[in-house]
Amino acid sequence: MTVSVSAAPPRLVMRGIVKRFPGCLANDGIDLVVEAGQCHALLGENGAGKSTLVKIASGVLSADAGEIFWEGAPAAIGSPAAARALGIGMVFQHFSLFESMTVAENVALGTGDPSPLPALAARIAEVSARYGLALDPQRRIADLSVGERQRVEIVRALLQDPKLLIMDEPTSVLTPQEAQSLFGVLRRLVAEGRSILYISHKLAEIRILCTAATVLRGGRVAGTCDPREETAASLGRMMIGADFAPPARAAAAPAPGEPRLVVDRLSMAPEMPFAPALDAVSLAVHPGEIFGIAGVAGNGQAELLRALSGESLAAVAEAVRIDGVAVGHLGPRRRRACGMGFVPEERLGRGAVPDMSLADNTLLSASRSEGMLSRGLIRFARARQFAETVIGTFHVAAAGPDAAARSLSGGNLQKFIVGREILQKPRLLIVGQPTWGVDAGAAAAIHRDLIALAQEGAAVLVVSQDLDELFSICDRIAVMCQGRLSAARPVRATTVEEVGMLMGGVFHLDGTAEGPGHAPAP
Amino acid sequence: MPLRLEARAEPSRAMVFAAPVIAIAATLCLGGILFAALGFDPFTALAAFFIEPVSTVYGLSELLLKATPLALIGVGLALGFRGNVWNIGAEGQLIIGAVAGGGMALALYDVSGLWVMPCVLAAGVAGGAAYAAVPALLRTRFHANEILTSLMLNYVATLFLGWLVHGPWRSPEGYNFPESRMFTDSALLPLLVEGTRLHVGVLFAPLAAFATWVIVSRSFLGFQIKVIGMTPAAGSFAGFGPRRVIWFTLMFGGGLAGLAGAMEVAGPIGQLVPIVSPGYGYTAIIAAFLGRLHPFGILLSSLLLALIYLGGDAAQIALAVPFAVTQVFQGMVLFFLLAADVLIRYRVRFDAPRSVAS
Amino acid sequence: MSDAELITLSAILAAMVRAATPLAFAALGELVTERAGVLNLGLEGMMLMGAVAAFGTAHAGWGYAPAIAAGAAAGAAMAALFGLLALTLRANQVACGLALSIFGVGLSAFLGKSLIGSPVTALPALPVPGLAEIPVIGAALFDQDILVYASFLAAPALHWFLFKSRRGLILRAVGENHDAAHAIGYGVLRVRYAAVLFGGAMSGLAGAYLSLAYTPMWVENMSSGRGWIALALVVFATWRPSRAILGAYLFGGVTILQLHAQSWGIGVPSQALAMLPYLATVAVLVLISRDETKIKLNAPACLGKVFHSGR
Repeated sequence: MTVSVSAAPPRLVMRGIVKRFPGCLANDGIDLVVEAGQCHALLGENGAGKSTLVKIASGVLSADAGEIFWEGAPAAIGSPAAARALGIGMVFQHFSLFESMTVAENVALGTGDPSPLPALAARIAEVSARYGLALDPQRRIADLSVGERQRVEIVRALLQDPKLLIMDEPTSVLTPQEAQSLFGVLRRLVAEGRSILYISHKLAEIRILCTAATVLRGGRVAGTCDPREETAASLGRMMIGADFAPPARAAAAPAPGEPRLVVDRLSMAPEMPFAPALDAVSLAVHPGEIFGIAGVAGNGQAELLRALSGESLAAVAEAVRIDGVAVGHLGPRRRRACGMGFVPEERLGRGAVPDMSLADNTLLSASRSEGMLSRGLIRFARARQFAETVIGTFHVAAAGPDAAARSLSGGNLQKFIVGREILQKPRLLIVGQPTWGVDAGAAAAIHRDLIALAQEGAAVLVVSQDLDELFSICDRIAVMCQGRLSAARPVRATTVEEVGMLMGGVFHLDGTAEGPGHAPAP
Repeated sequence: MPLRLEARAEPSRAMVFAAPVIAIAATLCLGGILFAALGFDPFTALAAFFIEPVSTVYGLSELLLKATPLALIGVGLALGFRGNVWNIGAEGQLIIGAVAGGGMALALYDVSGLWVMPCVLAAGVAGGAAYAAVPALLRTRFHANEILTSLMLNYVATLFLGWLVHGPWRSPEGYNFPESRMFTDSALLPLLVEGTRLHVGVLFAPLAAFATWVIVSRSFLGFQIKVIGMTPAAGSFAGFGPRRVIWFTLMFGGGLAGLAGAMEVAGPIGQLVPIVSPGYGYTAIIAAFLGRLHPFGILLSSLLLALIYLGGDAAQIALAVPFAVTQVFQGMVLFFLLAADVLIRYRVRFDAPRSVAS
Repeated sequence: MSDAELITLSAILAAMVRAATPLAFAALGELVTERAGVLNLGLEGMMLMGAVAAFGTAHAGWGYAPAIAAGAAAGAAMAALFGLLALTLRANQVACGLALSIFGVGLSAFLGKSLIGSPVTALPALPVPGLAEIPVIGAALFDQDILVYASFLAAPALHWFLFKSRRGLILRAVGENHDAAHAIGYGVLRVRYAAVLFGGAMSGLAGAYLSLAYTPMWVENMSSGRGWIALALVVFATWRPSRAILGAYLFGGVTILQLHAQSWGIGVPSQALAMLPYLATVAVLVLISRDETKIKLNAPACLGKVFHSGR
């Protein structure tokens, strides 16, 4: 490991941490050492136990067994307040801001600082100026972009002058440019002698940012290393436990011809209080093509997906057309009858009913196309049979068609849902976040399946926040920002940087000046 | 906290069936303690409450008679509860069913024939369903919470019935009592067992339970109701219309409550009076939960709750305790059931929660 | 207006305030409960238990202060039962609230059987010297009993608590996003228990007011739906105390007007007039719920959701 500059004890030592959840051993004797002034990466796939370990370190969960030392002395971190008192700050990625409250109120809640709000606002202004994290204390969280929300979290943590800052997947919601500026802030914090525990599964950013890494796999430590001396491949091998080849997209130009899906100046008012409105979104997807939509979460992708699936109906029927047929006024079941398949963003709770069996879950989308109904009654044998076929064809690890959806791992459930749609032979498949929170093996399988479906002549539209994913499987990419969609570009004629600029709302790079394409893309 | 809940990996199937039994046992225990506190011997008191009322054929017939409206309403409400449609207005729907059925009986006062009684019952179904259509409309059209609207309409229905029997429908031969004329024999439900009040309407309860079972367990509509109730977003993804579920479940429940109301006035009561139900519409909510929202379970739970009604009557006479003891027992059963239900998803541990060394 | 008419108007206003008081207590209590993210539908049951406990205590000759305290305590005890089921045992809040209502109706009737027909002296009015004689509004605002005055103070006090105090901030935070509040380190269950108990005590006070002051006697089911109307008022108020109190007075007005209309003998059956408060509740719910976004924007985001600490 790195040579300690002084004889100072490590800032945080966790030894033999065990945490068990019903049916799952999340942490199985994990050791972790974070030195003072070190940016330490905690690396691992989804489900490797990173979040659990970090929640134990920040007092949100308590370990079943194991020891924790803080600056050399044994420490019991029984609550988040105790962690704060030690000097552990946490920047969560989910579940930690109060939407309807102001920045100042959120900071007040997060710091346990009883000073009145105006005084707090002054301190917020001071800290945000010092680190270049611009924030208006009076604004409501709901009105902030995802990047700004993260700033609130960081400022909230910094106000307590933490000695260790824990960051959970901080760049997953940022544009590449925003991520770069975050790295600048983090380097300053390390220069001030603070330690950072940086959780990620993005190998590239760890290699440029961190000086030490602990790699987790299946709830155990798979190894420790200095990421600067590793390659992305060697880190990936430690993380996954096997060599792993990214899927290769055969360079097949889509056959010219009539587009299968046309979205034509689709506008839609938001359904939820704080959501963005869709503003004249236009696009066209051809048979045999995979069309990607990139963008930072919360810019209208969820609204677009609902408008495409038929859960929200368009004001103008012609705004959405499948094979030339106007379907904007049709609900999900009628659109499925037109040959559309749909994989929603949330797999558990939208794509599947958690407490129902896999067989019953096939009825959600396949009841008509697979002949599971007869005079209003359900033919359960058909549903079971179809579920079995999906499980077998797509190698879903499940106890069988009677297993409850919630009993499957994220990756297996996603394989099941994608398989459920693909086996219905859709002419058009719309997929939201196909591999979000899915392990690498399942992600690769899902990518292969999507590519195969396109090669058989279906049109595929993928909405994802993961640029690597979009660049590896798509033919063309458009970017969504604040409810508007940029013109689509062929993947081979664009770069991550260019797409990143578009994600940040810069729509005028290459002379397509009028902004998001108002006419269907070529 | 000394008590700690530990989530089970899978919900316990056994506890789904065991919880109502545990709840009933706990109610009996607490009921015994309650009677002892009132100075009675708990075992004789419980026997007077739960056994003596059904120790005769007449008692058994009364049990079935009281269980019938509970079961009819309970299976209808349970269908809605599965779909997250909280119809608390069954009491009002029952009353309007009674009014519609009674109105039909009075309108056909001068005619006789085999078709009169079916007309009365059909009017009851229509009345209850129409009354339930109000909260359905207000929910689907204006997003108004159906719990509150349907409940408010209970009070309105009671007052409406009160106005009818005090005013326009008051019997001309009734010495100014607030009641309608007695219905003619053609309008009344024929008795099933002579010497009792048990009428043929009792057969509707198992019929309704079976029909509801087909809907819940076999039909695509029932599947849609379950999906929307468990996971509304999944229903939206699948394209199941929540409006259809709201309308269907409310009309279905309202229709069955209306049928129950018409059967009360065309059965044991025989005329319209200011109070046609001892709170069947509310007790049926308990029946629905206690029966696990399952139609056949509700048949059983209705029998138990009907027994508590009879027990309350008996206790009033034998032990001179207020009839309200009925509602106390009913409330206790539901409380214990909700508490016992936790065992389906969790194991209860009483040990210290932490064991982390540091 | 003649003097006689002015006196009538003054009396009507005073009666309106009295009719509104139980609704104000119950609605404000439930508002705090719901702001913490808990939906307790058992107001009717808690109110009746408060009414019977307060009346029983007063009837036993222990005085008004213990009677009022007993009312609040009975409401809080019922709320504790709800908390045990809905918070600790994580049962469905709607079902628990219904159970509480049904149970409260029965238990209060059971316990109060011997009290039916017994009298107590009504809670005395405490006129504020000088102010009580102000024409028209004097009687309504300054010639009332202690509970009415308390209800006047409750709304501004709760407004301050919810929106200006740190504890109020935490309470709203728990109702807005319990996972975040937990992650930051607030005791979600502790805050919710406090809010539920407060709501119960307020419903108990509402009941105490009914049986000690409004109609100083005990009658089975004497709240006659006021608990449910108070629930609707919370929605009507979009979870803001000032609007809750406004709604309470609106309903107090409807109640008193229908009573007066009955005594004026206008040609409408008394039952139709008695329906008015219930129909008005439905109408108000429809009007306020029509704008779905407004409700979504104002409702505590975690209202009615079960909290799993994950520990």
